[in-house]
Amino acid sequence: MKAICFYFQVHQPYRLRQYRFFDIGKNHNYFDDFANRTILRKVADKCYLPTNKLMLDLIEKYGSKFKIAFSLSGTVMTQFKEYAPEVIESFRKLADTGCVEFLAETYAHSMSSLKSETEFKRQVESQVAMVQELFGKTPTIFRNTELIYSDDISDMVAAMGYKAQLSEGAKHIMGWRSPNYLYTSASSPQLKLLLKNFTLSDDIAFRFSNQGWEEWPLTTEKFVGWLNALNPSEEIVNLFMDYETFGEHQWKETGIFDFLRKLPEQVFENSDFQFLTPAEVVDQFQPISPMHVRYPISWADEERDLTAWLGNEMQNEAFDRLYQLEEKMKNVSDPKLRHDWNLLQTSDHFYYQCTKWFSDGDVHKYFNPYESPYDAFINFMNVLADFKLEVDKHLADQKSSSGNIHEEIEQLEAKIKELKDLKVP
Amino acid sequence: MRVLMFGWEFPPHISGGLGTACYGLTKGMLQQDLDIIFVVPKTHGDEEKSKIKLISAEDVAVTVRRQDLKYFKDHFKYIEVSSALVPYMDPEEYKRVHEGDTISKTSEDIIHGNQKLTFSGEYTKDLLGEVSRYALIGSSLGHQEDFDIIHAHDWLAYPAGIAAKKASGKPLAIHVHATEYDRSGENVNPVVHQIEKMGMEAADLVIAVSNLTRNIVINKYGIDPEKVFTVHNAVDFSEGDHMGQVKRNTPEKIVTFLGRITYQKGPEYFIEAAKKVLERVPDVRFVMAGSGDMMNKMVRRVAELNIAMNFHFTGFLKGDDVPMMFRMSDVYVMPSVSEPFGISPLEAMRSSVPVIISKQSGVAEILDHAIKVDFWDVDAIADAIHGILKYPALTYTFKQHGQTEVYTLKWENAAYEVKKLYEQLLNSRNSDTI
Repeated sequence: MKAICFYFQVHQPYRLRQYRFFDIGKNHNYFDDFANRTILRKVADKCYLPTNKLMLDLIEKYGSKFKIAFSLSGTVMTQFKEYAPEVIESFRKLADTGCVEFLAETYAHSMSSLKSETEFKRQVESQVAMVQELFGKTPTIFRNTELIYSDDISDMVAAMGYKAQLSEGAKHIMGWRSPNYLYTSASSPQLKLLLKNFTLSDDIAFRFSNQGWEEWPLTTEKFVGWLNALNPSEEIVNLFMDYETFGEHQWKETGIFDFLRKLPEQVFENSDFQFLTPAEVVDQFQPISPMHVRYPISWADEERDLTAWLGNEMQNEAFDRLYQLEEKMKNVSDPKLRHDWNLLQTSDHFYYQCTKWFSDGDVHKYFNPYESPYDAFINFMNVLADFKLEVDKHLADQKSSSGNIHEEIEQLEAKIKELKDLKVP
Repeated sequence: MRVLMFGWEFPPHISGGLGTACYGLTKGMLQQDLDIIFVVPKTHGDEEKSKIKLISAEDVAVTVRRQDLKYFKDHFKYIEVSSALVPYMDPEEYKRVHEGDTISKTSEDIIHGNQKLTFSGEYTKDLLGEVSRYALIGSSLGHQEDFDIIHAHDWLAYPAGIAAKKASGKPLAIHVHATEYDRSGENVNPVVHQIEKMGMEAADLVIAVSNLTRNIVINKYGIDPEKVFTVHNAVDFSEGDHMGQVKRNTPEKIVTFLGRITYQKGPEYFIEAAKKVLERVPDVRFVMAGSGDMMNKMVRRVAELNIAMNFHFTGFLKGDDVPMMFRMSDVYVMPSVSEPFGISPLEAMRSSVPVIISKQSGVAEILDHAIKVDFWDVDAIADAIHGILKYPALTYTFKQHGQTEVYTLKWENAAYEVKKLYEQLLNSRNSDTI
């Protein structure tokens, strides 16, 4: 039986507040608590809570036949804890059904996989620990920030013991091949690859409410018709999308919730597809071929590359300067500095600095709290300058206090020696 | 003596040095017992007026003589084209365009409109339209006000000055704070250039803010040297900066560029010098304060040079942020490609900050206690910055003598020179008529 594999990305960044030059050295609160709380509450009400409720209804209605997977970034889970604990509760209910799989990713929704294996590993472990704590599940499948993938990354992920990784069925790596099969990494063949069917995924995620689209309105009949029209030998359709598609990117008024509510029934009645989670897909299907990906791909924009985050000199500069602090951070245990270090790595900060406004500009603008990429860069660098000062200060304090201990020990030892010497007549 | 003065901006609504200079000069003139009517396109109600009679062009009823309209129609055609509200049209046309406006003719000669014009007072797309409407106000005030001399600051106000002269027959002084050659290099805007030339030609007296500017007026605009005089700008001390001691937040020394980020100010030379300094002295912060059409390019250049951790942009600074920025600075750099005067180094010196200025600035003519470099000589700029940062004796000397020097540059002295020029002009006119 063929499989539909639904995976939803749940992520919110900690947005920076307006941080001016005059704040450097003076003010160490970098984040816009008000905006972050407001946005999270809004998205919770419009998307997370109603969609989770709908998913729970569907799972209850169809027994264990309707299955989905989520990947939650650490930053969104932490914001749920802070601002909307009831969302955690609703995810936990879904977890308890046994029909929902949770995937591993980096805590900060970061691009650390491109810079440092140590930092990357650390962040994945930290996100996984949080999933275990909140939902009692241990992820076995990995998905990287923005589905960023390359042979090098697959080696690290395989070494961490994951069975499979999710990525994009990007045209330039697929060539004539179809994403609707299971693949493996070429450099670490034990790691399976599930590749996004971007046409069918984007029909829901991006085009659903586009009235200029010739297929509008999209009905479940039409969608299942397309599934049935696929080559009979193709096995898996990976529908990967932002969870915010439901109710946030596509508003409730577009009928997106009705579409989702009716989809399973339509699939069960009119097709020979079943719903499987990524781990089940990996268990039930055989990979057909290894996939070489020398240069990193992602699920973003027409190019499916990294240029949305690391495409201009500002983004590269910000990224390099940030990771220059990694060595120092290894010696920092201060909880606030560690937390800030995580949050500054979130990929969104670099996305805001993107200057390719033309083909994909609309999507970029929609998510951007800054007036221009230049503002975004200046603000980020101001924050980073202060953060570096704070780290240096902290390390200097540590050094001087530990220096004092050594001095103290020396002094006491001298004293002991002196006293011992006294005994000798 | 009563002066009808046309400006474009007035504190606190200023975009750069022009407003500051007009304000300082006007205050100095009051001390010289001159009576000033200062006109701006628009007032906001929060200007510090003290004894200055500040008039908003928006409050002036339009009164224009028919023959003056004709003059403007003939001489300012290019303005008319770009203006939505055609200011030099016949009253009949005017009425047609602005239905409901009542314009009555009290005599064959003078047209009285109850109509008042609106201005943004900013540097908008319709700048030329505003400039021409402003000239209409100039003409109206020429009829309505009683004064001895007209004084117009920079090209935006020249047409208003010319119009007032046409209407009143009183002598016109124009004050050249900058020319199109300073703003745009050799790529001058022909319309602006034309207005400037017309202003200088129509003027009985041209006051330039430096010898540098005086030479440009004479050589590039072909103006008779006999009527062009230099009066250097000064710095206003009464304002002080009320800042007291500003707490420094960062341990590093701070090197500052403060001004519009445009071609004229040479921001790229500051950045290239910063790179060179940072290669030797890593614990310095460079700050580029201001905004302008080259800002984005500069941000990219800083990123490209990988110095963004130590190079900061503040955006446009307002109010107390300006003196605060000076107070936080250890070195102030003005690498202007072409700077008619440049008041900001004086403000830095007032705050005890050593300054590095380009030889291509008017202020370089009057300052001794400043390091002067060619704007393009990035090595020299870097060397000077490094010297001030690393050799405390240098800083000490500049602070000591710089403040003393800058305190001798008073607006009342500049105003006194202007007054003398007025008197000279009025006397020569009287002797001509006698």
